[in-house]
Amino acid sequence: MSDLAEKADAAITKPPPWNDPFIRSIFFQIVAIGLLGYFFYSAFENTLSNMSKSGISTGFAFLGREAGFGILMSLIEYDETHTYGRTFFVGLLNTAIVAFCGIILATILGFIIGIARLSNNWLISKLAGVYIEIVRNVPLLLQIIFWAVAVLQALPGPRNSMQLGESFFLNNRGLFLPEPIYGDGFGIVVIAFFIAVAGTIFLKRWAKQRQEQSGDQFPVFYASIGMLIGLPGLVFLILGMPLSWEYAKLGRFSLTGGTNIIPEFMALLLALTMYTAAFIAEIVRSGIQAVTHGQTEAARALGLRNGPTLRLVVIPQAMRVIIPPLTSQYLNLTKNSSLATAIGYPDLVSVFAGTTLNQTGQALEIIAMTMAVYLTFSLTISAIMNWYNKRVALVER
Amino acid sequence: MNDFQRSPDLPPPASTVGVVSWLRTNLFSSPANTILTLVGFYLVYSLLVPALDWAIFSASWVGENKDACDHKGACWVFIGQRLDFFIYGFYPKAEYWRINVIFVLLALLIIPQMMENAPHKVLLAWFFLIGFPIIAGTLLLGDVFGLPAVTTDKWGGLSLTLVIAFVGIVAALPIGILLALGRRSDMPVIRLLCVAFIELWRGVPLISVLFMASVMLPLFMPEGTNFDKLLRALIGITMFQSAYMAEVIRGGLQAIPRGQYEAAAALGLGYWKSMGLIILPQALKIVIPGIVNTFIALFKDTTLVLIIGLFDVLATVQAAIVDPDWPEVSTEGFIFTAFVFWVFCFTMSRYSIALERKLETGHKR
Repeated sequence: MSDLAEKADAAITKPPPWNDPFIRSIFFQIVAIGLLGYFFYSAFENTLSNMSKSGISTGFAFLGREAGFGILMSLIEYDETHTYGRTFFVGLLNTAIVAFCGIILATILGFIIGIARLSNNWLISKLAGVYIEIVRNVPLLLQIIFWAVAVLQALPGPRNSMQLGESFFLNNRGLFLPEPIYGDGFGIVVIAFFIAVAGTIFLKRWAKQRQEQSGDQFPVFYASIGMLIGLPGLVFLILGMPLSWEYAKLGRFSLTGGTNIIPEFMALLLALTMYTAAFIAEIVRSGIQAVTHGQTEAARALGLRNGPTLRLVVIPQAMRVIIPPLTSQYLNLTKNSSLATAIGYPDLVSVFAGTTLNQTGQALEIIAMTMAVYLTFSLTISAIMNWYNKRVALVER
Repeated sequence: MNDFQRSPDLPPPASTVGVVSWLRTNLFSSPANTILTLVGFYLVYSLLVPALDWAIFSASWVGENKDACDHKGACWVFIGQRLDFFIYGFYPKAEYWRINVIFVLLALLIIPQMMENAPHKVLLAWFFLIGFPIIAGTLLLGDVFGLPAVTTDKWGGLSLTLVIAFVGIVAALPIGILLALGRRSDMPVIRLLCVAFIELWRGVPLISVLFMASVMLPLFMPEGTNFDKLLRALIGITMFQSAYMAEVIRGGLQAIPRGQYEAAAALGLGYWKSMGLIILPQALKIVIPGIVNTFIALFKDTTLVLIIGLFDVLATVQAAIVDPDWPEVSTEGFIFTAFVFWVFCFTMSRYSIALERKLETGHKR
C-alpha cells in the first residue's frame, strides 16, 4: 500500500526533464555563458582585424615610448621627453589631487550647509535651502564651464591682478601663493608633529581607561590640541624657524616664483565642491532628522548639556544614516572629476584617454586602463567607507 | 439675581503674536542668532541687489542685434535672437514644425499623468513608453510619407537633449528590470554576470563610457558596420543608465515581503508570471520616485555628450557665445542654460516628492 503511494508520489513530483527547474536552470546558465563567450570572442576577433586593417599595433609597448607633448600641470617631474607611461601617472595624480581636495572641502561645506538648513534661524535655513535647490538642479558640467569661462577667464590679467597683501595674487593665470622653502632641520619639526599625533592617541586611550576606572574625566580635546600645536611649534622655535617663503613677483608678462594654482584646477575644484556639498547637505539634514526627538529628550533627562547631547547622542546616531549615502557622494565626486576634460584640466581622462589615445590610437588598452583606475578608486573608497560603517553600525544582539 | 457674565478673553500679549513675535522667535531669539541674521541679511543684500539690477533693471530686453546691448546689464536680446538655435540646433528651419508637433504631443501625454483622476492613465502611459517614441522618431528622422530626411548630425539644442534623456530612460527601464531580476536570481552564473555588469558600469564615469562608445564600439563590430554618432552615444548612455536603474528597482524588489513571493508560488504561478503579475507591479510602484530621481540625474548628465561632439543645448550655447557677432555674452548664455535645466529638474524633483507622499500612505504599517 505504502509502496504504491510512494510510486504515485514519485510519478507526480518527478517532472519531465524539460520542466525540471534544476535542469532548466543549468541549461539557461550554459546558454548565458555560451552567448557571452561568443560575444566576447567575436568582439575580440573584430577588434583585432579592425586594428590590423587600420595599422594600429596592440600591446602595452607604447607605454615606453616618448610622449612628446607637454602637460599644463604635473605633480611629478614631467616634460615632453618623458614616456607615455609617465603621462598615465601624471593624469592619475592630477585626478587624485582634485578628488582628494574636493572630498575634504565638499564635506566641510556640506556639513555647514546641512546644519544651517536645520537652523532655527528662519533666514539662515531658507538661504541654505535656496543654495541647495539651485546648485543641485543645474548640471555639473555647466557649472564647471561657467566657473572656468565666465568667472576665472574674466578675471584681470597678471598686471592688474587682485591681491591680498604682497603674498596672494589672483588673476586669469590662476592663484599665486607663496612657496614654502624648507631650511635645514625642518624634518625634525615634522617628526615632532608625528610624535604629538602618537601622544594624542596614547592620551585618549589613557583618559578612557581612567574614566572607566575612576569616573574622572580628563580634558582630552584641549590637551591634544595643545600637544599637536605646541610640540612642533616649540621644536620649530628652538631650531630657529627653518622655513622661509618665496613670494610671487610680477615679471614682464606674468608673475614668476611662488606656487601657481592653475585656473582650470580652481574652476574644477570650485564646481565639484559646491555641487557635491549641496548633495551632502541634504544627506546631513536627513541624517540628523532621522534621530528621533525622544533621543534628545532622553539625553536631557539624563542631565546632559547641549554640547554633550550633540556629541554623544545625536551625532553618533546620525552618522549611521549619513555614512552610506555619503560614500556614494564621494564616489560620484571622484568620477565627476573626469569632467575636467571639458575645460582642459589635465586629469587622467583628459591626458591619457585624450591626448595619449589620439597620438597612439591604442584605444583598447588605454580605455581599459582608465576604466580600471576608476574602478579601483571606487572599490577602494567604498571599502574604506564600509570599514568605517561597520565600526559605527548599530550592534544588535 | 445676578447672571454670571464671563468676561471676554484678554488678547494674548503683544510679544507672542504677530510680526514682532515671529521676528523674535525666528530671527532674533539669541545674540548668536541675531548676528547670524544680520550677516545673512547683509549677504542677501550685497548679492541680490546687484544681481537683480544686472538681470532685470539694467538689462537690455528688446532689439535685433548686438547694438541693442549697452552691457550695463544682461543682454537678453542675445538669448531671444538665438533661441531657435538653442531649441532646434541645426534642424532645417522649414521642418521646425515637426519638432513642435512632438513637443505638443509630449505635453499632451505628460499632463494627464500629473492629474489625479485623468481617464485611461495606464493606457496613455504605455503609449507614452512605446507608441510615442516610434512616432517621434519617424517625425524627427523623416524620409517617409514624403517628409524630407533630416540626418542626426543636424539635430541639436534642447530637442536633442530631450531625445537623449527620453531614449536613455525608456531603453534603460526594461534592461534595468531584467538586470535587477537577474541580480536576485537563484542561478549563480546569471547572478554573477548581472552583479559584474552593474558594478562595472556604476564604477566608471559616464564620460569614459561615452568615450568607449564613440571610440571602441566601432572596433567591436564586424568591418563595414557604420554606426551613427548619436546612436553610439545613446547605446553608451543606455548601458550606463540601466545599471543605475537596476539598483533602484532592486530596492523595490527587496521591499516586497517574502509572503508575496510565496503566495505567488502557492497559486502555482511560474517565475515570469509571478514576477509580471504579482511582484513587479508592486515593486515598480514603490520605486517610481527613485526612477524619477534617476531620470533627473540622467537629464543633467546629457550635457556630457558635448564632449564627444554632439550639439546638445549646452553645446549650442557654447557655440553661440564665441560668435564674434555677439561679444561678451557668456554669462547670459550660461545663466539661460542653467535656468532651462533648473526648471526641468526642479519640476521633476517636486513631482517626485509629491508622488512619494501620495504613495507612502499605502505602505505604512
